[in-house]
Amino acid sequence: MTAHTDDPMELASRVVDRAMAAGADVAEVSVGEGRHLTAQVRLGEKEVLEEAGSRGLSLRVMRGQQVAVASTSDFREVGLARVVEDALELAALSQADPFAGAPDRELLSEARQHAELDLHDPRVEAIDGAQALEMAMEAEGAALALDKRIGNSDGASVTRQAGSSVLVTSGGFKGSQSGTYISIVVNPVAADGDGKMRAGYHFNARRHVADLLEPRAVGEEAAVRTLAKLGARKLETQQMPVIFDPQSGRAILGLLAGCITGGAIWRKSSYLAERMGTQVASPLVSIEDDPLIARAPGSRAFDGEGLLSRRNTVVDAGQLRCFLLDSYSGRKLEQSSTASASRGGGRVGASTSNFFMKAGALSPEELVASTERALYVTEMMGFGFNGVTGDFSRGAAGFLIEGGKRVHPVSEVTISLNLDDLFARIDAVANDLDHETAICTPTFRVSEMTVAGK
Amino acid sequence: MSQNTRYRAPFLAGAETPIDAAIATELLRVALGRGGDYADLFFEYEVSGSYALDEGIMKSAGRSVSMGLGVRVMKGEATGYAYVQDFSPESMRHAARTAAQIADGGGGSAPLPLAGRELPSYYKPQRPSLDVDGERKRALLLRADAAARKADPRVVRVEASLAEQLREILIATSDGKLLGDRQPLLRLGLRVLVEDKGKRESGSSNGGGRVGMEYFDNRSPEWHAKQAVRHALVMLEARESPAGEMEVVLAPGDSGIMLHEAVGHGLEADFNRKGTSNYSGCIGQAVASELCTVVDDPTLMGSRGSINVDDEGNEPRATTLIEAGVLRGYMQDRHSANHFGVEPSGHGRRESFQDRPMPRMTNTLLLPGSHDPEEIIASVKRGIYASKFGGGQVDISNGDFVFSLTESYLIEDGKITAPLKGVNLVGNGPEVMRRVTMLGSDMQVSDGIWTCGKEGQSVPVGVGCPTVKVAAVTVGGTQMGGA
Repeated sequence: MTAHTDDPMELASRVVDRAMAAGADVAEVSVGEGRHLTAQVRLGEKEVLEEAGSRGLSLRVMRGQQVAVASTSDFREVGLARVVEDALELAALSQADPFAGAPDRELLSEARQHAELDLHDPRVEAIDGAQALEMAMEAEGAALALDKRIGNSDGASVTRQAGSSVLVTSGGFKGSQSGTYISIVVNPVAADGDGKMRAGYHFNARRHVADLLEPRAVGEEAAVRTLAKLGARKLETQQMPVIFDPQSGRAILGLLAGCITGGAIWRKSSYLAERMGTQVASPLVSIEDDPLIARAPGSRAFDGEGLLSRRNTVVDAGQLRCFLLDSYSGRKLEQSSTASASRGGGRVGASTSNFFMKAGALSPEELVASTERALYVTEMMGFGFNGVTGDFSRGAAGFLIEGGKRVHPVSEVTISLNLDDLFARIDAVANDLDHETAICTPTFRVSEMTVAGK
Repeated sequence: MSQNTRYRAPFLAGAETPIDAAIATELLRVALGRGGDYADLFFEYEVSGSYALDEGIMKSAGRSVSMGLGVRVMKGEATGYAYVQDFSPESMRHAARTAAQIADGGGGSAPLPLAGRELPSYYKPQRPSLDVDGERKRALLLRADAAARKADPRVVRVEASLAEQLREILIATSDGKLLGDRQPLLRLGLRVLVEDKGKRESGSSNGGGRVGMEYFDNRSPEWHAKQAVRHALVMLEARESPAGEMEVVLAPGDSGIMLHEAVGHGLEADFNRKGTSNYSGCIGQAVASELCTVVDDPTLMGSRGSINVDDEGNEPRATTLIEAGVLRGYMQDRHSANHFGVEPSGHGRRESFQDRPMPRMTNTLLLPGSHDPEEIIASVKRGIYASKFGGGQVDISNGDFVFSLTESYLIEDGKITAPLKGVNLVGNGPEVMRRVTMLGSDMQVSDGIWTCGKEGQSVPVGVGCPTVKVAAVTVGGTQMGGA
């Protein structure tokens, strides 16, 4: 085995062969490569220019049903030899897991079946340091120019990334995928009347340059969001309806994601573990996991075990229809994998791809206008969630809505409700779904939550 | 610490591609070649291991090696950064040239001659875990599992993990420093699930630090098992929490995480250099109750946040941030120290060679007062006793914070009564610090469990405090109108 190969597929195949020769019954190797450039400016001056590439190799082996993983960024001969040696040594140390195993060969996909998902844009990679700095300058400049109350800035940055990964398994799977990503982030700071500062931000991230917002538009939106926070106050502690905008809504959906993936189900560490086929949300709520959306951030043609990607309906009109499983959790639950395996550092587990709440019919403006009184949440803070019980409580900030209009900004309150009740109480879903992030929701409203303040 | 021969940083003397003063100087020369004011090189080799037990068996073990060189060049306020993952001369020169581009003129200054020096050591693991046989680590996890199951018949699941790490670093700077360090890290995690009459709850116990296997002599797997089961059983009895503003008593030790979030981040010098912290421009002013003295101390023996040298080659020093309520100073990295015209306090840290350093906390401590902890609890008519924290977050610009409590109790008429669930504390850092009305004499430093995230970089930290009484904090519970 030579370390001096530039072809990751060939390298991965050689490491698989070597692990098999050393005594593995199953060997799976992934090789990831990435390149990125970050340009950051602050108050009109360049602050950071960073450019680098990286790569890593990870290996999972099984000896019988003893499993181990090893990974390395050391691609020298000594490093590659060690990763194989480590994995086999650790496999001998692990205890046999009766459910361990590779997916059935007949389930593995072939390259010709892999969907073209349009995840790679050569224009992203063509952006150089000077251009990225200029975009960041323009974005920050637009935020600072919008209103003189924007008196400071925590900077603006533009990052472009390109990455690829290959997976080769001893079961006969070979696959590769690649993608690009470009993002603009702007962080304006405004001084509030009470001497407090209010930091806001806005970002836009896309796989293709053509889909990205103009830097100026991102900057202006960041400024608008920051200014909107001025004069924020607490509310009295009360029960009231709560509206989640797409930024805070996706954090809520992210909590549910952790409660419908295989590991949480067979471990019974999810409040939904025994709820298959029952109503787990309001009939207005449908939730899907779809890895096959063109240009979306969480898209992939095959999963972390080489199974062909497919769309899964998790919740249909409020009813729980499926859990997301890899082949291990499938065996644990006596079901088949839903092709939801992801792989990191050699470890395999079930996870979401593009996980979203389907759009409703109302525009977000109509949803707000139809609301007599509510807390409209734009930001959440903290980590108050217990997946075993569904208990949820987090810090929140946003606006008070009265008579269908924003009355004043709100901060320093907490919102709480068990997640089971939260999803059951969703009484309006808007149509503003955007697959900008892998987990996303439209604006939605919960009929009543506890808001704790003064 | 003994030398593990299997995992040896390739840049050490006697290894495959040793980096000596001559090679480092030449790379620094390239880095400054376009007119940079300052450059540094950060070589890193990190080996980590993990062992995970679930359903009574150690199902998986893993090991990971990560290595590389980060090159930083500064020109005025601007930073150029690049990294590579191998130590070949061509790769390293390429990184130096890439980082150099932040400066656009020719004729760079020359690096100063490099000199190393002896560093004090704040971690001396007697039995470095990477040198210990895997069977011994597996045995620890099996012991934890057996003890938890034996502790109570309601225990239905036990998950235990052991994570170990050894980070070898070498730093060369254009102002003449050449320093290295070996930083060990060990962490045991235990989570149990209990079930009673169809109701499920979980409990946990975690610990470790920059220590070796001797850690388990005092904190045995059985001890952690007992703690985790106790926690889970308490949660079975927990009821809905009252919501609203009330008195809060913080338990000693782990509660220091609240201080870390509520004031610590705002005292990192980068936010103050940019004027984006609520503490910007407040040095010399009263920012907390006069009971409060806050210190960030990187030199606590074996603590998770301790460091012998920071990731910029500066010597870490215990830094008084707040003294008797008055703001005294910030935690400084090189860039901010230059800006403020002070010495770096040795708080420049980074997650890895892929990251630029910035001011970070190490072990953040609220020093003790004179009250008996019993007396503090007895003084509360109706409030919350916060004994275990899940995690927290702060808005640096104004100090607003949120914490979730994973174990807490109601205090009624001076006595700790019912356990509560789903409690969040929400408030404002400077306000809470002004409302500290009593401090216990029972100072404790947390067992090594905390990891701090900032701008996407994670670093291990320690926290500590005595029993603390805060006059009013908003409690985010679910129950209206009090318990």
